[in-house]
Amino acid sequence: MTSVFLPPRIGLTLLPVFFIIFLLIVWQLAVSFSSVHILPGPLEVSRGLADLIQHGLLLKYTVASLFRVTWGFAGAAVLAIPLGLIIGWYRRAEMAFNPLLQILRPISPLAWIPIAILWFGVGDLASVFLIFLGCFFPLMLTAINAVQGVPAVYLNAARNFGLSPGAIVARVLFPSVVPQLIVGLRITLGIAWLVVVAAEMIAVNSGLGFLIVDARNAGNRYDLVVAGMVVIGLIGLLLDTGMRSLESRHS
Amino acid sequence: MNKLSAEHVSMMFSRDGKTTNVLNDVNLEVAPGEFLCLLGPSGCGKSTLLNIMAGFLSPSAGTVKIDGEPVTGPDPRRIFVFQERGVFPWLTVEGNIAFGLAKLSKTEREQRIAHYVKLVGLEGFEKAYPSELSGGMKQRVEVARALAVNPDMLFLDEPFGALDSITRLTMRRELLRIWEAERNTIIFVTHDIDEAVQLADRVAVMSDRPATIQQVVDIDISHPRDISSARYLELRDGIFQQLGLAHKV
Repeated sequence: MTSVFLPPRIGLTLLPVFFIIFLLIVWQLAVSFSSVHILPGPLEVSRGLADLIQHGLLLKYTVASLFRVTWGFAGAAVLAIPLGLIIGWYRRAEMAFNPLLQILRPISPLAWIPIAILWFGVGDLASVFLIFLGCFFPLMLTAINAVQGVPAVYLNAARNFGLSPGAIVARVLFPSVVPQLIVGLRITLGIAWLVVVAAEMIAVNSGLGFLIVDARNAGNRYDLVVAGMVVIGLIGLLLDTGMRSLESRHS
Repeated sequence: MNKLSAEHVSMMFSRDGKTTNVLNDVNLEVAPGEFLCLLGPSGCGKSTLLNIMAGFLSPSAGTVKIDGEPVTGPDPRRIFVFQERGVFPWLTVEGNIAFGLAKLSKTEREQRIAHYVKLVGLEGFEKAYPSELSGGMKQRVEVARALAVNPDMLFLDEPFGALDSITRLTMRRELLRIWEAERNTIIFVTHDIDEAVQLADRVAVMSDRPATIQQVVDIDISHPRDISSARYLELRDGIFQQLGLAHKV
């Protein structure tokens, strides 16, 4: 259909847009013609979104969520990456740490919520801590695997050219693990964005996660619930796109 | 004096309680400026021997001496050339060639890079990354990176093994041209009989595991070698027989 009006390349990039518009129309029609009200329609949701923007809540809550993600994610990166690189480098350290890591890793960060609240109370710190936990283990495992995957020929070549251990780390080890670390950071940022919403539903009174529970509790404003979900999805997409561009610039 | 001498070198690997004898009393002498090929079947231990000579492995028994000094570890005066996979993918051609030149001044470093880029025929590719290069070009980068530090020895471990047969022939000619210009001592590991007879001053023929040096064959033909000459074929067939291979397919 589109190829009649548009060159095929443009038609292809616009295809998802057309598809979303199509789905929105179907959604609106379904809501209008249905007798039971189980979901707000897209028009209601956009009015809700406009409401949020007008009251300045959208910006405030988005900034609050991004703030927590930034600290939790950055804190995990700063600790987990160097630690993972060191553990990956020393075989014995890896053997000692690995079982513990494998036990801690499958525990959902959400399971830590009661302990987070016990330690840090209700507030920013508790949710930052939960995001930190959600990012820490995947990042550490990425760093361990990245070091262990460095080909021996690179290290042998570096030794052959007489590099000191410090120079080997800076000039060979680090550059050869960076591509994998960037992939790990991208995936982990996605996790952080998932965790922040859940953490904000329980541990704080601002942010996009809080917006969703609050809209429901304070008057069943499901238009705002869905508006919050849409915003979360769009910001998640933006974060991922940003990390991907970092990734492609590095390969 | 010998450039390199291997004296009663033996190597055993232990894994899961089983001991494998890889090298058994290897003795070898290499003269300065000589081009020696280590030839043997795959998995016979020739790479292990080369790694011992380069200082990456220490032998279970015996010693390798270079310039009369026992080898205790890798040394920038002797560079090991891996197959093309040894180039650093995060550095450009220039960056790779400059890898061992950190101690030089900027101008000196740039002169060296330019010289070796030209020597291996990579002009115009200085800023290219290895992923943009063919297998043969990557191999040239690695040879240039090795030569740039002015080593007096080169260890080459089946350097052309991953290349197609046409590129392989070109690379052999190039290597000989470079060797004639630089006159480093070269120890070249290969399992290709033709390659050994085309390149080397002498070919050390190794037996199957546990490897010993069966025979050292003098290749008394001057370069460039006519690979259809009677002497070439005679030497090649001699090695075929030495390895116990029938010269028929």
